[in-house]
Amino acid sequence: MSDVTYSSAADPGEDVYADSYETFDGTIYNLAGGDWDSIAAAPEGEKERIVVNMGPQHPSTHGVLRLVLELDGETVTDARCGIGYLHTGIEKNMEYRTWVQGVTFVTRMDYLTPFFNEAAYVLAVEKLLGISQDIPERANVIRVLMMELNRVSSHLVALATGGMELGALTAMTFGFRERELVLDLFEMVTGLRMNSAFFRPGGVAQDLPSDGEKAIRDTLPLLRKRMKDTADLLIDNAIWMGRTVDVGYLDLQGCMALGMTGPVLRSAGLPHDLRKSQPYCGYETYEFDVPTQTSCDAYGRFLIRIAEMHESLKIVEQCLDRLTPGPVMVQDKKIAWPAQLSIGSDGQGNSTEHIKHIMSESMESLIHHFKLVTEGFTVPAGQAYVAVESPRGELGAHVVSSGGTRPYRVHFRDPSFNNLQATAAMSEGSMVADVIAAVASIDPVMGGVDR
Amino acid sequence: MTESGIPVVPEGVSELDVVGVRRGSFQVSGSGDTSGFGGLVSPIVMPAPTERPYGGWFDELADEIELALTDRNLPVSSVIDKVVVDRDEITFFVLAEHIVDFARMLRDEPGLRFEMCLGVNGVHYPEDKGRELHAVYPFLSITHNRRIRVEVTAPDANPHIPSIVGIYPSNDWHERETWDFFGIVFDGHPGLTRIEMPDDWAGHPQRKDYPLGGIPVEYKGATIPAPDNRRAYN
Repeated sequence: MSDVTYSSAADPGEDVYADSYETFDGTIYNLAGGDWDSIAAAPEGEKERIVVNMGPQHPSTHGVLRLVLELDGETVTDARCGIGYLHTGIEKNMEYRTWVQGVTFVTRMDYLTPFFNEAAYVLAVEKLLGISQDIPERANVIRVLMMELNRVSSHLVALATGGMELGALTAMTFGFRERELVLDLFEMVTGLRMNSAFFRPGGVAQDLPSDGEKAIRDTLPLLRKRMKDTADLLIDNAIWMGRTVDVGYLDLQGCMALGMTGPVLRSAGLPHDLRKSQPYCGYETYEFDVPTQTSCDAYGRFLIRIAEMHESLKIVEQCLDRLTPGPVMVQDKKIAWPAQLSIGSDGQGNSTEHIKHIMSESMESLIHHFKLVTEGFTVPAGQAYVAVESPRGELGAHVVSSGGTRPYRVHFRDPSFNNLQATAAMSEGSMVADVIAAVASIDPVMGGVDR
Repeated sequence: MTESGIPVVPEGVSELDVVGVRRGSFQVSGSGDTSGFGGLVSPIVMPAPTERPYGGWFDELADEIELALTDRNLPVSSVIDKVVVDRDEITFFVLAEHIVDFARMLRDEPGLRFEMCLGVNGVHYPEDKGRELHAVYPFLSITHNRRIRVEVTAPDANPHIPSIVGIYPSNDWHERETWDFFGIVFDGHPGLTRIEMPDDWAGHPQRKDYPLGGIPVEYKGATIPAPDNRRAYN
């Protein structure tokens, strides 16, 4: 190999990123890397700095979140978020679908809180239609019931993934196990564990199954017991407290400046909860407390989530007590979905009675069904902003109609999107490991952040 | 409706907010349709400006705003273009050059105290000439438990609106998102870069003139066009 001549990367006209040497067959580039200093020397007068790219594919960044951390030893001096990896254009897609079809899109945004996405959207559409007061009582009770069960399942995942990210793997297995109990209830009521598209403008898609009330009631004691087990596992746990107490600190002033809502705001002591301050779906008639903490840290947010799950179960019980038979869809036949679903021999299908009615009894009903399903209803021009208290904070839907059968513009103000902005304020100056705890305490869901 | 297709202005309303015209029934033309539905013309009319009294707490709020503007030597008529009360929500259309002062007033005035700006959302009205781009800001006052909406418009030719990040830091990402999706330039924003789309993306996807970009579905030889090219009710 005496013919080989090495050349230095510093030679003018050479590729600085790859050393090369000449052989009989041509130039061979060495991509194993060179001396870092010759590639990217620090600017004059600046000491060495380390930039760590955490994510977007990283098990502890809570989804496809990319964190760009500038480190001084173990200390984070600068933290930035990179998002957009899960952008799916849901808002744009909805402009090409009917108002009812929109529900199937929004339910996929924040995939841990499908019922809240649906609620914000359908409440806005109902406001535009001017039928907010006409929603049947039973539909509202079922909505509250599903939302509160959803709050429990979402907080359980927050505990589970948050625990996993900090190394508490038993919390993860417990959290997901308990969540499965709730998802089984969702499956029984809506047919799907997630992405149910169950709330519709005017009510809900379907009544509870005949044994639904009993099944929910029977699940509650087990859920309560197991939630207590998970909480007991962590509440006084020295390691858990060591990782979360005084970590991810954000006081009330910081929360207000950054527009924080949900458990993060309540961990700073402000009992702001839209279910209390601006009730919707009849929340003003339910008895529940808004738990707060004053520690402003990740541990406080954890305690709030635990307490909120118990409050949610209280609301669920009140819902079950006031379930009286009645319609679950608005009476206006120009808006209400014409068909009812029923379980056929294949486990799915439309109500055979309805099919019989439109196919062999009433031509007008067939036309009505066809028009409403294909064309959909029109919504008077205007705009509405409706916010609901999702497990992560204020989830707002800004819906604009131009008077057509499809939304003109739908925008979701997702709490995860807004709250992620606090990552820098919560983690700069802390250790690398605390960044994970801080982000976990915000509990962002990237599906909602990127939409 | 008059014969020209422009609706009659109802009593008590000074002007109509026509943002576009809807033509035909199924977005088809030149198909030899003789049903007459293809010739339908109907204007898209957004809720009209409202005159006093607005009703409820809206009047009290409007008084506070007018008083606060006067205190700041800002003539009300030069700041607020119009006020729309619709569906129990009040919208202030604020001229772009005054949005920063208006936002500061909303935050600082004790009688208003809107602690939170819940982001900004763009809406694109390509046929609303001279004011194609709307930026919509929802505000929330926790102290007074009130919500209002502030809307600012900008023309497509000069899509500039001053940034209010200096007053509501929480609007940082929201303004980046609106720039990303609509191309509204928020002047004074500390780092107005794309947030959802890749950095090298061309165009602003939520604008109405941006195609959806779907792929036609083929099944047994037949082709169904992408949703934005599909015949649809409008």
